[in-house]
Amino acid sequence: MAAMRRLIWPLLILAALLLVNVAFIPGFLSIEVREGHLYGSLIDILRFGAPLILVSLGMTLVIATGGIDLSVGSVVAISGALACLQISQDQGVFIAIVLALGLSVLLGAWNGFLVAGIGIQPIIATLILMVAGRGLAQLITDGQIITVNDPAYKLIGGGYWLTVPFGVLIVLAVLAITAFLTRRLALGLLIESVGGNAEASRLAGIRSRGIIVMVYAFAALCAGVAGLMISSNVSSADGNNAGLWIELDAILAVVIGGTSLAGGRFSLGGTVLGALIIQTLTTTIYSIGVPPETTLLFKALVVAVVCLVQSPAFRDKVFHRRRRPPSARPAEEKVRVTA
Amino acid sequence: MAVPAPILRMSGIGKQFPGVHALDGVDLRLLPGEVHALMGENGAGKSTLIKVLTGVHQADEGAIELAGQAVAFGSPLEARQAGISTVYQEVNLCTNLSVAENILIGREPRRWGRIDWKRMRARARELLARLELDLDVSAPLSSYSLAIQQMVAIARALDVEARVLILDEPTSSLDADEVGQLFRVMRRLKEEGIAILFVSHFLDQIYEISDRMTILRNGRLVGEYPTRELSQVDLVAKMIGQELAALDRLHGEAAAFDRPLVEARELGRPGAIEPFTLTIHEGEVVGLAGLLGSGRTEIARLLFGADHAGGGQVAIGGAPASLRTPRAAMSHKIAFCSENRKADGLIPDLTVRENIILALQATRGWTRPVPREQQDELVGKYVKALRISPPNPEHLVRDLSGGNQQKVLLARWLILEPRLLILDEPTRGIDVGAKTEIQRLVAELSDGGVAVLFISAELEEVLRLSHKVGVLRDRRLVAELPNGPELTTDVLMETIASGGRA
Repeated sequence: MAAMRRLIWPLLILAALLLVNVAFIPGFLSIEVREGHLYGSLIDILRFGAPLILVSLGMTLVIATGGIDLSVGSVVAISGALACLQISQDQGVFIAIVLALGLSVLLGAWNGFLVAGIGIQPIIATLILMVAGRGLAQLITDGQIITVNDPAYKLIGGGYWLTVPFGVLIVLAVLAITAFLTRRLALGLLIESVGGNAEASRLAGIRSRGIIVMVYAFAALCAGVAGLMISSNVSSADGNNAGLWIELDAILAVVIGGTSLAGGRFSLGGTVLGALIIQTLTTTIYSIGVPPETTLLFKALVVAVVCLVQSPAFRDKVFHRRRRPPSARPAEEKVRVTA
Repeated sequence: MAVPAPILRMSGIGKQFPGVHALDGVDLRLLPGEVHALMGENGAGKSTLIKVLTGVHQADEGAIELAGQAVAFGSPLEARQAGISTVYQEVNLCTNLSVAENILIGREPRRWGRIDWKRMRARARELLARLELDLDVSAPLSSYSLAIQQMVAIARALDVEARVLILDEPTSSLDADEVGQLFRVMRRLKEEGIAILFVSHFLDQIYEISDRMTILRNGRLVGEYPTRELSQVDLVAKMIGQELAALDRLHGEAAAFDRPLVEARELGRPGAIEPFTLTIHEGEVVGLAGLLGSGRTEIARLLFGADHAGGGQVAIGGAPASLRTPRAAMSHKIAFCSENRKADGLIPDLTVRENIILALQATRGWTRPVPREQQDELVGKYVKALRISPPNPEHLVRDLSGGNQQKVLLARWLILEPRLLILDEPTRGIDVGAKTEIQRLVAELSDGGVAVLFISAELEEVLRLSHKVGVLRDRRLVAELPNGPELTTDVLMETIASGGRA
């Protein structure tokens, strides 16, 4: 029940955004099967939002431990670059994917080591890889944009399976695995405990270092999968621009989803909604025809409104004032007499 | 004797929270120049009443009069401006700021729109001098002890022209000297005509300082009494609503303990505790007595592996053991309820159930969750056995009162079935009823063969429970005394004072 109540605001916001689209685009809600694929604006939102959802899921766990991961955008680029390089050198797609994801996990573990092992503040520790990672991606692609043409690889980001976009299926699988690990197994409890009170967790015998390394590695793994998806969708790897600023969108999605940046309680469902809100917003910007030079400003304004509506403190201030019992009113004036 | 007109009068105060009637028809009168004790168990409504008075909560019914005029405060700021200042139990100051900044934050003297540091420091020194304190006001607050920080909080409260000063358990972390200092300050403020509302769980302190008291029970007013006319036994009876069963010594005669469980030899940590040697036997309750900061907590932390020892050995059950981490200690079935349950005990955002099973889950690792049925069974058992209230395991632990939080922490360790249970101030800041329950529990555990290391600032409590008392002074274990009829609080205090040389 409490979980549903926390999700009600993100749900309402998403519904409002969708309504705006319905008003501007005829047939926005219609979904049809064309050439054995599902087609429609809603499907597009899911398909293009898939990488962001993935990155946000990983980010949720990191934020729940009280950390933050700025390097996921760079990991997206590195993973895509390595996979495309391997494929362009006639390696098998499978091996390319394993290598790319393996490197991603390694980079995430490095982040976790800096945070938990050495005790560097998460924002600084991951800033290192955020900056260096772009360079690493450039190094892998040799400064070029690598294009690949492999139908099997194309499937990850651009393909369909049983009429559903393959990326959406990957997201569902990762979501299911994450939910299983955190809510069925005890990982979620331990993560929330470490994020809620690190010293108390240590004294309760929790190996918080291992947990922290694990969540950063998991965040990087999610980013790695997203990197494969993005590069597969455009059949090329761009070390410079792949996953650029996705870390900020992901943090935003987590926050909109109701997980506190201070750590502790997290909500996977909220994060998925948050990522969908951001993706829908991007679609909305195109559909209502915001001039290109003001899209960023428009997006920022909407995000500001969304965050305010989300914040219980703000809602109390705006809506609660009017709901105060009238009996308190007359007495309030008398305070000044005594001051 | 003519009674002066009350400076503050609360009448018929009622306050409801979802599902709880927190206050119901409560009256409170404060006279100028008196120390008035607000008494009641945890959950009796003391905190709620104070919060209504200071504008944190709005009363649902009733009226508040300050100096004869009806008031209703919309926020703590309004209350302060009207002359009602509060110092809370948990000092809420910024320890990274200087003493002067803490005292005058929000009211910094300014010149040309900039802060006038010189005047600020002078004003801070002035306010502290009123409390007979001479501090370096530009030093960070963190460089002073908790007691001094408390005084700084009072100085801060006094900067506005206070007519009513509320002290919510100001003494719970102070040692005897510091309490004395605080009381001197309180008497002085009293002479200036300030009405002081004082909340404390230490009955002796209430009788030493207060003039009158108001007693609450379950959100209702029990009555208002002059302190001199109400005996301690009557007070306790009125607070808990029944006669307190005599709890003199929970252990009959000192049993012979011959199976050492934990033997610490020359264990120490530079800067924290001098090397000490201590043996704890199975089923034995070892009390630690000493002033605040004498090294009691440090011994507990070393035995639990919360801090690394600088030297010495530990043997458990005769075999050498390494206690380098809490996990290592837990694998030897050692449990530790820390003194500061907020900072290093509970996870406030998690539920009662989650907090209770946390240590058990930690020992199993994240891949083997405690099955939900087992969780519910264990949690239900301890919620009932320890009478945790409200008895809803899905409540967030941060919403519980202090005593109930302490019980949750105890339950977390009891489900691990420890062989040595270390309790650091388990009864601090909790009410008489819960205190008795925890003491009884310690006695039961010991009868069942569990060793307990019991730390408390209250010497009576240490004496009542322990088979053996270790006395600490200045970070050194100075004496180890077998408990018996000849061991009294006076003897203990003398040992502390003399450092065990006598």
